[in-house]
Amino acid sequence: MIGFGDVTQRLAGNSYNVDEDSHIELDQELARNTGTGKLLVKVCPAQVYSEKEDGSIGILFAACLECGTCRAVASPGSLKWHYPKGGFGISFREG
Amino acid sequence: MAQDVVAEVDFDVIVIGGGVAGTVCAYQLAKAGKQVVLIERGEQPGSKNLSGGVFYCRVMEQVFPNFVKEAPIERQITRNVLSFLNPTSHFNIDYWDQRLAEPVNAVTVLRAKLDVWLSEQCEAAGVMVMPSVRVDSLLFDGDQVVGVKAGQDELHAHVVVAADGVNSFIAQEAGIRVKEANKHLAVGVKSVIGLPQKVIEDRFGVTGNEGVAYAVVGDCTQTVAGGGFLYTNKESVSVGVVLRLDDLEAKGLKSSEVHDHFLQHPAIAPLLRDGELLEYGCHLTIEDGPKMSSHDITRPGLIIIGDAAGFTLNTGLTIRGMDLAAGSGIAAAKTIVGALERGEYSQHAMDDYKYQLDASFVGADMKTYAKAPDFLDVSRMYKEYGLLLADIFHDIYNLDTTPRKHVAATALGAFGRSNLKLTTTIGDALKAARAL
Repeated sequence: MIGFGDVTQRLAGNSYNVDEDSHIELDQELARNTGTGKLLVKVCPAQVYSEKEDGSIGILFAACLECGTCRAVASPGSLKWHYPKGGFGISFREG
Repeated sequence: MAQDVVAEVDFDVIVIGGGVAGTVCAYQLAKAGKQVVLIERGEQPGSKNLSGGVFYCRVMEQVFPNFVKEAPIERQITRNVLSFLNPTSHFNIDYWDQRLAEPVNAVTVLRAKLDVWLSEQCEAAGVMVMPSVRVDSLLFDGDQVVGVKAGQDELHAHVVVAADGVNSFIAQEAGIRVKEANKHLAVGVKSVIGLPQKVIEDRFGVTGNEGVAYAVVGDCTQTVAGGGFLYTNKESVSVGVVLRLDDLEAKGLKSSEVHDHFLQHPAIAPLLRDGELLEYGCHLTIEDGPKMSSHDITRPGLIIIGDAAGFTLNTGLTIRGMDLAAGSGIAAAKTIVGALERGEYSQHAMDDYKYQLDASFVGADMKTYAKAPDFLDVSRMYKEYGLLLADIFHDIYNLDTTPRKHVAATALGAFGRSNLKLTTTIGDALKAARAL
């Protein structure tokens, strides 16, 4: 985007305390069959989800801004998403 | 009546979540002499929180008489702009009034700063603030909520307050609240753009600590139900979009691209020019508060407040959450103080909360605006009406040497060229009059 960089560049300016364990777990087969995978790629403002060449969904959990949009739109059973452990994840400095 | 005696407690009350609702509730309880712990999953209160609108802060005087003077507020909002945005035009209603600062009615805040201040007030009042702890689940004794579990640790209390935000894991995972319908939820995507104070004053026509808030409908969301917002902080501008999840999915758009489209819009980009991105964030929000808050908000030993209970209102003109969060926190504290004095934590005792809400502006306003979400569902709001307004004014100001008509005839002419039917428009107007 003009002036403010792409999403990845923008997130680089945010403050994270990244956990070693992912707080996101996707059932790849369900995600593919239900269309949830492609949907997550679109709705996530942090672009945590990306579609790989083989059609599977890559998950960059460290970029998560913890809004919960993916959890709201995912088809039942396809996504396990919880807040990261206490003290981990995004720390907004402005809010 | 259930047995109300809980043998051993660590605290009188456990509050989950250090946002506006949780801190206000905890503060009121501590002021009443109760033993309170406030548990927050972020490294400090506010670090997970994001606002997308102004704080209508008069309610805070009930808690902190000098709130506006002492709290870290950004600007006092005295100018409100409602903007119908089209691809190459906008029609704005621009209302500035110094009376809005006498007394101060609305302020902008940055939550990472405000919530820290609120939690400091809590600590000073005797609340034990416990950051970096994620509550995993509630503890039950039969139907009675008796505490919380966080990792291997268990804490017991007479009453638990769930102020854990819009995702409301605590209530959902305990089976108390069902998963919210996507039509009732929206994702807010926001950038905070740093600009020098002088530039903000000159660009937005504000002086001193006054500020402006824009509510935008139309091309800002590329016709997705929702809207755009922009408001001034001391030395930054918060700007972004709110997108209803069901419609975002239906339109097949990328949320980050809708955000970028709004910031690049020719009506918006000049307001942000030469700014520096300070933060890019997103947060889930509630589009139909009245429906969401009509679900269960109490259980024996449990009260749900703030966003977790659905206390948000979008009236089309004002978008409210933080004031309702504070109001629900105050109402819950009143109920809990009474319950602790009687030693009674049954469903009946907790249901006093609904009475306290109805006795306050929170319950009253949730009822008044119960139909607002249905009106805002009118898709013409997001495209046709903005275009019609611009067409009418284009006909008035575009003096192209054709003979002029009176304003009423000009408006009817523009209406005739639009895709709108008179009957639907009158219907929408009546709907608006009833809902807003």
